[in-house]
Parts: sequence; C-alpha cells; structure tokens
Amino acid sequence: MDRRSFLKTGAAASAMLAAPALVRAQGAGPIKVGVLHSLSGTMAISETTLKDVMLMLIEEQNRNGGLLGRELQPVVVDPASDWPLFAEKARELIEKDQVAAVFGCWTSVSRKSVLPVFKELNNLLFYPVQYEGEESERNVFYTGAAPNQQAIPAVDYLMSEDGGSVERWVLAGTDYVYPRTTNKILEAYLKSKGVAAEDIMINYTPFGHSDWQTIVSDIKAFGSAGKKTAVVSTINGDANVPFYKELANQGISAEDIPVVAFSVGEEELAGLDTSPLVGHLAAWNYFMSVDTPENADFIAKWHAFIGDESRVTNDPMEAHYIGFNMWVKAVEKAGTTDPDAVIDAIIGVSVPNLTGGCSTMMPNHHITKPVLVGEIQEDGQFDVVWETPGLVVGDAWSDYLPDSAKLIADWRAPMSCGNFNVELGRCGGGA
Amino acid sequence: MKIVLALPLRPFPAALLTALVLMLPALMLPSAGRAAGFEELVARLPEGSYSDRAEVIEAIARTGDPRAAEVLGALLEGSLHVRKADGRVVIIEKTDAGTVAFDALTGEALGAVAGRSTEKIKVNNRLRGMLRSAIGALSLMSPDRETRLMAAQSVFASGDPANIEALDAALSAESDREVATALAEARAVAILNTDAPVEEKRAAVAILRARGDAAAQAALAPHASDPAIGNEVTAALAEIERVRQMWGVAQNVWYGLSLGSVLMLAAIGLAITFGVMGVINMAHGELVMLGAYTTFAVQEAIRGAAPWLFDWSLLIAAPLAVLVAGGVGIAIERGIVRHLYGRPLETLLATWGVSLILQQAVRTIFGPNNREVGNPSWMSGSLEIGQMTVTWSRLWILIFALCVFAALLLVLRRSFFGLQMRAVTQNRPMAAEMGIDTGRIDALTFGLGAGIAGLAGVALSQIDNVSPNLGQSYIVDSFMVVVFGGAGNLWGAFAGAFGLGIVNKFLEPWTGAVLGKILVLVFIILFIQKRPRGLFALRGRAVEA
Repeated sequence: MDRRSFLKTGAAASAMLAAPALVRAQGAGPIKVGVLHSLSGTMAISETTLKDVMLMLIEEQNRNGGLLGRELQPVVVDPASDWPLFAEKARELIEKDQVAAVFGCWTSVSRKSVLPVFKELNNLLFYPVQYEGEESERNVFYTGAAPNQQAIPAVDYLMSEDGGSVERWVLAGTDYVYPRTTNKILEAYLKSKGVAAEDIMINYTPFGHSDWQTIVSDIKAFGSAGKKTAVVSTINGDANVPFYKELANQGISAEDIPVVAFSVGEEELAGLDTSPLVGHLAAWNYFMSVDTPENADFIAKWHAFIGDESRVTNDPMEAHYIGFNMWVKAVEKAGTTDPDAVIDAIIGVSVPNLTGGCSTMMPNHHITKPVLVGEIQEDGQFDVVWETPGLVVGDAWSDYLPDSAKLIADWRAPMSCGNFNVELGRCGGGA
Repeated sequence: MKIVLALPLRPFPAALLTALVLMLPALMLPSAGRAAGFEELVARLPEGSYSDRAEVIEAIARTGDPRAAEVLGALLEGSLHVRKADGRVVIIEKTDAGTVAFDALTGEALGAVAGRSTEKIKVNNRLRGMLRSAIGALSLMSPDRETRLMAAQSVFASGDPANIEALDAALSAESDREVATALAEARAVAILNTDAPVEEKRAAVAILRARGDAAAQAALAPHASDPAIGNEVTAALAEIERVRQMWGVAQNVWYGLSLGSVLMLAAIGLAITFGVMGVINMAHGELVMLGAYTTFAVQEAIRGAAPWLFDWSLLIAAPLAVLVAGGVGIAIERGIVRHLYGRPLETLLATWGVSLILQQAVRTIFGPNNREVGNPSWMSGSLEIGQMTVTWSRLWILIFALCVFAALLLVLRRSFFGLQMRAVTQNRPMAAEMGIDTGRIDALTFGLGAGIAGLAGVALSQIDNVSPNLGQSYIVDSFMVVVFGGAGNLWGAFAGAFGLGIVNKFLEPWTGAVLGKILVLVFIILFIQKRPRGLFALRGRAVEA
C-alpha cells in the first residue's frame, strides 16, 4: 500500500467516523469544488461542455487518490445565463457549500458580476475564457488568453508574408465590452505599425445579429481598394454562423479576404458546413488537431468520459485543464485549501499544457501560453499554420492603451496590487 | 554538439557544394524550373516551410509539364499526401471501399492506405491563391468552357505578368465571347503590372473600366498614382464608383426586401394568433424553432436513409413542420390559452413559461449546440445581376414568404374554415348562435398561426443558426411588425414587415447595425403614439373588448 492510498483509506475511514459530527472547514470530509457554468439559457451552448470537462478532471483526480488524501466533490450549479444569478449562485457555492475554489463563468459580464462576491468572501475563481484584459484581481486566476496572447499575434501573422501581407483591416465585432476593448487595443496596435486610419474599418453589430447582407457587402467594397484586406472578427457566439454563411454566399473566399476569429473554435464549427470556410482563420492557444501525446491522451479521456466519439475539444477546455492542475499543485504545495495560502502558493506553479509545453502562473494571475493560428479545414478542424516561437506571458494591462500602459499587476508581497501605477508609484490605477 | 564539430571536418569543396545546392532554388529561381526536373520538384514539395513550398509551386508551374495541373490541383484540394514510410508523393482518393493511393508522377495505383500512413501536404491561404493562379494559367486551353472561364478568373485575380504569354495564346484560340472577354480582362490586369507602353496600358484601363465591378476597382486602385496613366485610372475609378453607388441603392432595396421577407415569415403566424385572436403568444418564437428542428430531423433522416433526396429535404420538411408546430400550437391553446381568454397578462406569463419549457426540452433532446442544417444545391451561392449580388437562399425565401402570404389570404378569404374563423373573431356570440363550434375554431385558428410559424422555421433554418435560442431572436421583431402594421390585418403585417425591412437596410450603412435597430424602435414608438392601432385599422375581437 503506497502512501497515497494509505492516506486515502485513512481519510475515508476518518470521514466515516466523523460523518455524524459537524463538518469542520479543514475536516476530513471531501474537498468541495464549485462549478459555475450556465446549463440553460443562451450561454448553455458554450458552457455545458466546460461543466462536463470539470467533472471529468475531478473524477480523474479522485481516481488518482484525491487531493491531500481527501476526496474531491464537485458542486454544480446552474446560473442559467443570467448575470445577477451568477453572483447569487457564487455566494451559495461559497457560503452554503463551503467550496474550496470555483471554476466558472464565460462572459465578461458574468465575471464582473461575481467579482465582488469572491472578494468579499475571499475565495478563488478560475476563469477559462479568452477576454479583453484590463483586469487583475487577487481572487481570480485568468487561464484564458489576454489580448496579447491571441489578438496581437494573430494580426502579426496576417501582416507577415505567409499570412498574406495584409494592409487593410476590418475590425468586426459584437457590441459589448470584449470586442470594444480588443478592437481599441488592436486599432492602437495597427496604428503603431503604420496602418493609416482610412485602412481600418470598425463595425459593431447587436447580439445574435442574423442579417449580414449589408455588412458583408460593405466588407467586399472595403476590400476592393487594391490592398490586401483581412477581417478581424470578435463576433460572438451564434452570430458567427450566419456571418460565415453570408460570406460564402456572396462568394468571398479566404484567399480574397481572410477572416481571423477569436471566438470561433471547434465547438462553434460543429453546427456548420465548413467546406466554404476552408482557409478562414482562428487564433487560440490550443487546437484539437495539435499532435502531442498529452493532447491525444486528453481527447481519449474526454471521449471515454462523455461516451461520444464525435465530441470535439476546444481552447477553454484546455484552460480548465491547466487551471485545475495548477490549483491541485498549489494546494499540495500549500498543504491546505485555505484561499490565502493557495493564492500565495500558486504563483510560479507550472503544469504541462496540451500543446507540448508547460504553462506557468504569473504574478499578475495570468498564465503563459503559446499562440497558435489555425486554418479551418473541411472536417471542421483547424490546421495550425503558424505559432509563436515560445510561450507568451499574459498581459493584464495592455501596452497599447495609453491609460493602462503604465499599470502593472503583481500579487506577490510586498506589492500585492492588481493595478500598480508605475508613474505615480502607487497602487490604485490611473487615479 | 556533434553536428557543430562534424561540419568543419568535412572536406571543404563538398560543404560548399552542399551549400550551393541548398541555395539553388532561391538563387536561380527563373531557371530552377528547367534545371530541376518535374519529378524532382514534386519530390521536394513536402519539405520545408510554406515559403519554400511557394517557390517549388512556382517552379512546377513553369515546367509546363502536362502532369503539373493535376498535381497542383490535388495539392489545392488537400489530396496530395506524402507516404510516411518512403517519402513518396501520392494522390489520395476516397472511394466507398476505402482510401486508395496513386503515385503522383506515374499514376500507378498503390492500393489501399491506412489512415495514418500518409500525411497531407499542407497549404495555406497564400499558397492556395498561388495554386489557383498557376492551375488557371495551365488550364487556359482546356476543352471545357467552364474550366476556361474559371481559369481566366483565377488568372485575373493573380494579375501576374508572367501569364501574358499564355493569355495571348489562349485569346487567339478562343471562340467563346464570354471567355474571350474574361481573358482580355485578365490580360489587362497583367499588362498594368508590366512596363508596357502607355498606349497599351491605356487600353487595359479602358477594358477594366468597361468591366466596372469591385474586382476591376481593386485591380485599378494601385495604379492611381502612376504618373503615365494616373489620370485615366482616377477617372475610371470615379466612374466605377458612380455606377456602384447607383447599384448600391438597388442593392439596399433588395436587402430590405429580403429582411422584410424574413420579418414577415416570422410575424405572419403571430398576425393570426395575436392580431386576429388577440392572444399574446410569447412562445411564438419557439414554434418557429420547432419548425427549424423539424427540418434538421428530416435532413438527418435523409442523410442516413436516402441521400439522393437531399435537395428535396426542405419540401419534405415543410408539411411536417406545419404538423409539428401546428400540433404543439393546438395543444397550447387547448391546454392553457383557452382558460385564459380575456386575461392578457396571465396569457403572457403562461405562454412565456411554455416558451422556456419548449426551449429546455429541445436543449435536452438535441443538445445545446447548433445543429447543422444544410443548404440544398439550389439554395447555395448567388446570382449576379449587374453589380448586385442576390443570394439564392434569400431569393427563395422571399418567394416562399410571398407564397405563404398568398396561401394564407386564400384560406382566410375563400375557404369555409376561413369564413368560420372570421365569423368567430368578428362576433363570437352570433357565430355560436349560428352553430359554429367556437372552441374548435379557436383551437384550429391558433394551430394555423402556429403551423405557419413552423413553416417560417423551415425557411429560417437556411439562413440562421438552428439552436434552442433561435426563437428568442425573432419574437421581439415579430411583435414589432404586427403592432406597427396593425393587429388583425394580414396586409398590415405585409406592409409592416417590408416597410421596416427597407427602412432598416437604408439606415444600416450610415448608422451601423446597432444604432439602426434602435432608431427603428424609436420610430415605431413614436408612430404608435400617433396611430395606436398601427398602419391598418384594427378589427376583430379586441375591438369588442
């Protein structure tokens, strides 16, 4: 009997003995892990998969002896794509269920809605989705990409010879905080690279926009100025399908005007006939098609867990995989699930990602990731056509926005600040 | 470490030679094609980066080898693979019996291959563009007219002066007028990229000016600052722009009609349930969604059982969607709505509950993800009318919407059921006195409205996502149309839908989609203040109440 299983049996035995007694915070009962993803409503399309992947990871950890000799117990709640309900459910997880950490949220609105709860009750949130940056909180760990880990390298690729030496840019997005901020950063970046203002077209559409005729024909007209044109798309969720359909119907192929998307992954393409989309691009930190032993293993486990060989894996799933393993390692390092101890212990923790490298938690609570650009294939998968030579460190505050360029985040003592202003020499942002 | 040590130990001339050979393709590009044979070049395709591959592709095209078009075509389609065992370049063909490989050079059949024993030679967008242009140049003399036309178009897109010779040869042999025009246009683009005499360039500008579309504009624009022909180019661009502006108006009208047809399809069922019966049915959008899912289910069944029927899938799905959505509609009316007549607030809440139940039920059965509904071949692609792009799917949806509208008018005006329905909605007690089963007519009327929502779902599945959220995006628009058009009158829904569609599409280019939508809403609010009963006056039960 090795030490792990001994501990586990011991823990199980003491758990049985202690069962009638009151559960103490650091008792021998299971460690609870909150899963805060919408299982109904508009966001269920993206978030249900993340709930499943968390259950898979927790199950596997338990099979390998649990954590600190205790069993992990997932607590799944359904915030139903309703932003205020996210905050309520987060409070319920922390106060009633006494979870040690929460993995959840998709949209930035939902993250902003739960933030005060995590600060007030001092718990941990692992946020797995690419987002607009401009934030670093003590209680949140951002395992998805910041703009410099997705948008900027993608634009660099399109500007390169292999990417087609693009000179004219359409920044198309859904009208909310992520596309607005990302496009602000991109616009500043493009201008810093010498792109003239008249070579940038910015367009916003409402959520769920389905009639793309006018916009696609505008893009077509914009692209006929004799310079290579590309579309950088931060169009969200469901609106992508009719957008790509309209592009195909109006005869715009990826060779004429490539579209690089930051919100379209394997899961989104599953609802689409991809043959007219071949060659359009997406930038992520992970693709299902990446050929590494870690990824093959992950996909095999996912298929076994979900019982369906046709299910795809995607970038936010990898982010949860990384985030969960980082948390496990930090808890083992700290020897406790106490949030304060874990927050201190997790910085510098390094775990393997699925693309053949190791991701590290940085002091600004963002992680290091490779950036991959993939082209859509006929089978709905992506072929990686370009990747950054090394890992990119997530940047909480963009260097291309004048107000945030002077801010840094470092949660190690003695600074312990998410928005330290290097010009004024104090914590507290621009004020 | 070993390599670093080994290099200086090599005999010097050999190292130099290796370096020279390695640099050969880069140094001597123009002659590399002839120097390296076709076979050797093909063998070199799998190696190196995309840029290396680009050079090899150019060299292959330049060999003029008769097999080049086929090999490059296979590369473009992703069927050119390299066998992992011996590095042989093969063309993969998928047959019913499995995957088989052929030697790319000799065409020799190499038998079946296992999935992982070969690797695809990858191309990216830049290479795809190059390949298309190279294949185009190689197939300009093809016996097939369509192939020649496509070839001329890809050569046009590349604008590569290297193709002028091939174009001249093709032009002198061409007998078809349309292909000849395309070839002349392709030649004009290429001429502009050379140092040809000014006269020849002027002629080229004139040819492109006559073509006058976005592609011609893109080809001309870079030459606007050319000192020799700058004036002609600027004038041609201005002319093209002027013509395009005019077409732009027509294009906007078309977009407006198309959006209007979608709005009308979504709203017309509601015009019956809300407009005629006065029931606020918040589950209307979900009935549309059920129609879309019926289409999905029909297509799945066809894919599995009878793939040749695929082009007919929408026609098969349409009556089924009416039955499914209509049946659910009748169930809603009999089960819930009939107990709540005259209590609009309770109806609203109850039907909203039904909409959530239907959404979650579909989510549980079909999953939360989008489902793929394919376009039949006759609904894919687009039609060019002058400078206007009319997509087939939108055109068919417009025709379909008009047919549904006409059929509905006929049912209401000419059929016995329509007569009974009008009688019940205009004067219920009198209709009951005359022996009409008003309960049955209520159920059937509601079912009719729901069935038409299902039909709308079949059409909308072609242009929108088929997901459990499909209905939500249409419910607000539908109510907007019915309220604006005037409840109780089908012509109101007709005028409301097309009016709003066109207004929306004319606002969109200037204000953007977001502000455009807000302005339309503000306009409707103001309009309703002035004419609370909408464009067309109200009739039916709501008046009595």
